[in-house]
Amino acid sequence: MSQHGDQVEHEVQDVSSDPHRPPLPPRPSTLSFFQDGSKPNTSSRPPTRAGLVSRATTALSVADANAFSSGSVRNLRSVSSQNISSPSRSKSASRTASETADDSSIRSLELSSEHAQEQDSIFGEAFHNKRSDDFGLDSGFLSTNEAREETELVPQVDFDQEFADVPDEHDDDELAHNLWKAKKKHFLILSAAGKPIYTRHGSDAIISSYVGIIQTIISAYTSWDNQLRSFLADDTKFVILSQTNLFLVAISTLPESEVQLRAQLDALYMQILSTLTLPTLSHIFSVRPSTDLRRPLQGTEVLLSALADSFTRGSPSTLLTSLESLRMRKAHRKIINDTMVKARVDDLLYGLIVAGGRLVSVIRPKKHSLHPGDLQLIFNMLFEAEGIKAGGGESFLPICLPGFNNRGYLYMYVSFLDVASEAVRELDIDEKIAKEDAVAIILLSANKESFEDLQSMKSYLIHELRKNGSMKVIHRAVQNGRPLPTDIVPGTALRHFLYKSKGNVQFFMPSFEAQFSDSQSRRQLFSIYGLLHASVHAKFATVKVQHMVNTTCSALAWVTPMFELYCIASAGTPRNALAQNANKVVQYIQREEERIFLIGGATF
Amino acid sequence: MAGRGPAGRSGAGGRFAQFKLVLLGESAVGKSSLVLRFVKDQFDDYRESTIGAAFLTQTVTLDENTTVKFEIWDTAGQERYKSLAPMYYRNAHCAVVVYDITQASSLDKAKSWIKELQRQANENIIIALAGNKKDTVDENPDKRAVPTADAEAYAKEAGLLFFETSAKTSYNVKELFTAIAKKLPLDQAGPRNLRANPRTGPLDLRPEATGQQGAGNCNC
Ligand SMILES: Nc1nc2c(ncn2[C@@H]2O[C@H](COP(=O)(O)OP(=O)(O)OP(=O)(O)O)[C@@H](O)[C@H]2O)c(=O)[nH]1
Ligand SMILES: [Mg+2]
Repeated sequence: MSQHGDQVEHEVQDVSSDPHRPPLPPRPSTLSFFQDGSKPNTSSRPPTRAGLVSRATTALSVADANAFSSGSVRNLRSVSSQNISSPSRSKSASRTASETADDSSIRSLELSSEHAQEQDSIFGEAFHNKRSDDFGLDSGFLSTNEAREETELVPQVDFDQEFADVPDEHDDDELAHNLWKAKKKHFLILSAAGKPIYTRHGSDAIISSYVGIIQTIISAYTSWDNQLRSFLADDTKFVILSQTNLFLVAISTLPESEVQLRAQLDALYMQILSTLTLPTLSHIFSVRPSTDLRRPLQGTEVLLSALADSFTRGSPSTLLTSLESLRMRKAHRKIINDTMVKARVDDLLYGLIVAGGRLVSVIRPKKHSLHPGDLQLIFNMLFEAEGIKAGGGESFLPICLPGFNNRGYLYMYVSFLDVASEAVRELDIDEKIAKEDAVAIILLSANKESFEDLQSMKSYLIHELRKNGSMKVIHRAVQNGRPLPTDIVPGTALRHFLYKSKGNVQFFMPSFEAQFSDSQSRRQLFSIYGLLHASVHAKFATVKVQHMVNTTCSALAWVTPMFELYCIASAGTPRNALAQNANKVVQYIQREEERIFLIGGATF
Repeated sequence: MAGRGPAGRSGAGGRFAQFKLVLLGESAVGKSSLVLRFVKDQFDDYRESTIGAAFLTQTVTLDENTTVKFEIWDTAGQERYKSLAPMYYRNAHCAVVVYDITQASSLDKAKSWIKELQRQANENIIIALAGNKKDTVDENPDKRAVPTADAEAYAKEAGLLFFETSAKTSYNVKELFTAIAKKLPLDQAGPRNLRANPRTGPLDLRPEATGQQGAGNCNC
């Protein structure tokens, strides 16, 4: 069985001339609704959000994206109206069919070797689209074999244990090290000179020996003009991101691919850049390579840790490198956009309304686009970490948005609101409010003296939004929460799904309610999503549809030029049912597209 | 009680005044904790370091006729935010400069803030020096790194209000803000005329006034 993709052991690559760069999905560097250009972005590039730093904005036209979708809706309809042949199944599969098929678009899912124990339990089959231009998922071809084993698919994570502090070494040397090693996931940041800058777990004393080893390994390769990007040790995956005299290292025993871990490291790097800016970061090290970066970064550990923990829990926005929008009627969204444009002050660069961690409205100047990576950075700072929320009603802070300009700061005004009450009051200092309930008005300016202007804009905006009923709309949309899978497809066997609209750089998912409400089952869910995602994004992967079965679920990944869909149904759900449901989900989303996604935000 | 400000002037009925207050001081001395105690009467053992600055308001009733509303800038003490400070203190009517009585170096930092304020801020700015974390030395006197008398003498010389405080036990927190309120020029104070302090004329940044910038005394 061919073992492609992210399971390459001890992988050392010359980054500059890697002929085997993974064929990653196109990652538009701008949200389509944030810019005016019309040339479609077809370039495929590695998922370094840091890439935004040097890359000029490429445009992806709204018109193109929409044209695409209407075409595919037709396609899907025709497909789903076909008769479905019942799949033939046989237990303890022989995989010869897919093994011998010399069709590049077929790929069997084999779990990566680092999950050897679980490997037997999973088994997936390769499917392929009949024609690459056919976006419909035909359930008629589902006649391959299927095997099952009675083992767990993904490891359980005890989050209390995972996030618990590691006591200091001097208390009990061995205990501390054992606790450190027992963590499922580590993030370490060190300088090229080998100074520890950040660790999610453990004190300096505990990590120093590990940091030393890591630095030695990395620099050994560097001295051979190679860059060590990742390696495996038993079931532990190490991924290294080298950036501006920094090594960011992820160490994970969770089922995650290199691509996924690298995206997480990118997010941490972006957080550092947003605090320091690129010139400052380079300058610090050019003056003195041995500088202790922890001092200039002081206070951001909590942001880094909040981010790191969100990755450990499972973050759809990082997995899909996209954001979620608050679902509402198109007309309602337009009123909100228009109100914001009307309320704008001269110094405003970008204006955002975010509710429950979901985008409600965005306005921007015609000549400036807004980069998805920057948006994600803002979301992470505001909604994953407590710091800014806990500061009270209003905050004003310098922030470098690397996608916009990695050389300087913008000034961000943030106001957290409680829209639930009639009065739409500002949050009190230290008021604990769930991410799901917080509504934030985020106003960015290039002028550091803009606080009072932005504050007055916010007051006016709130006043107007209340007057025209939009606050109620937002409140209701937040309260309604995400729909259940059965609200979307009545009677569906799907328990959850993730849908990413590539053109809009946004994702949509149903509620976690009931089945995935606790963090353990949610982590399991995201482990499966991670596997699905890895299988369709792996190096050489040309499969567009991937089916995966184990004792706990039956899952499907489906990738087209327009979207990525990952869905999960209960164990034993036949593939054709899964495919049928996937089709229905896509139809639903395309029907509701203008409500689910923020399309073509407002410009001024 | 140490260093009380001048007695409050009560008089004309129903006075309401609004003042801008800025908190400055090294990171982790307890600025945000003092604000949290003042605004919400709460304390949090694990507070995250402030990012940028937080803006809050709290009202103090001096007597049945006099209400003072503070617009508070709780700034971040981290070094990297230093260049933003002028923006927050430039329009301030009063400032609370905080140090940690268990950390001698934090008083040095406080003194340098006070110098900067006296040089750069509104000439009439009322400055209070607060030596925070009093509870720690009550528990263990050995922890004290700054003798009360030293700080008090410095405050007196520099013309500052002075309190030792504890955000944790709320010791002297209300007193600190009340003393400032009492020292503010309530007589000329009104919600409006305070904004347009003649001395700082061009610094009047009313919400409506757009594009006001480059007021000139930014030292960053
Ligand atoms: N024992 C004691 N601890 C305090 C007191 N005030 C604050 N702390 C603690 O000191 C730490 C720092 O407090 P903060 O209020 O965040 O300090 P800060 O000055 O706002 O710090 P920055 O935001 O980084 O500038 C927190 O852990 C507080 O719990 C106090 O009066 N007594
Ligand atoms: Mg603070």
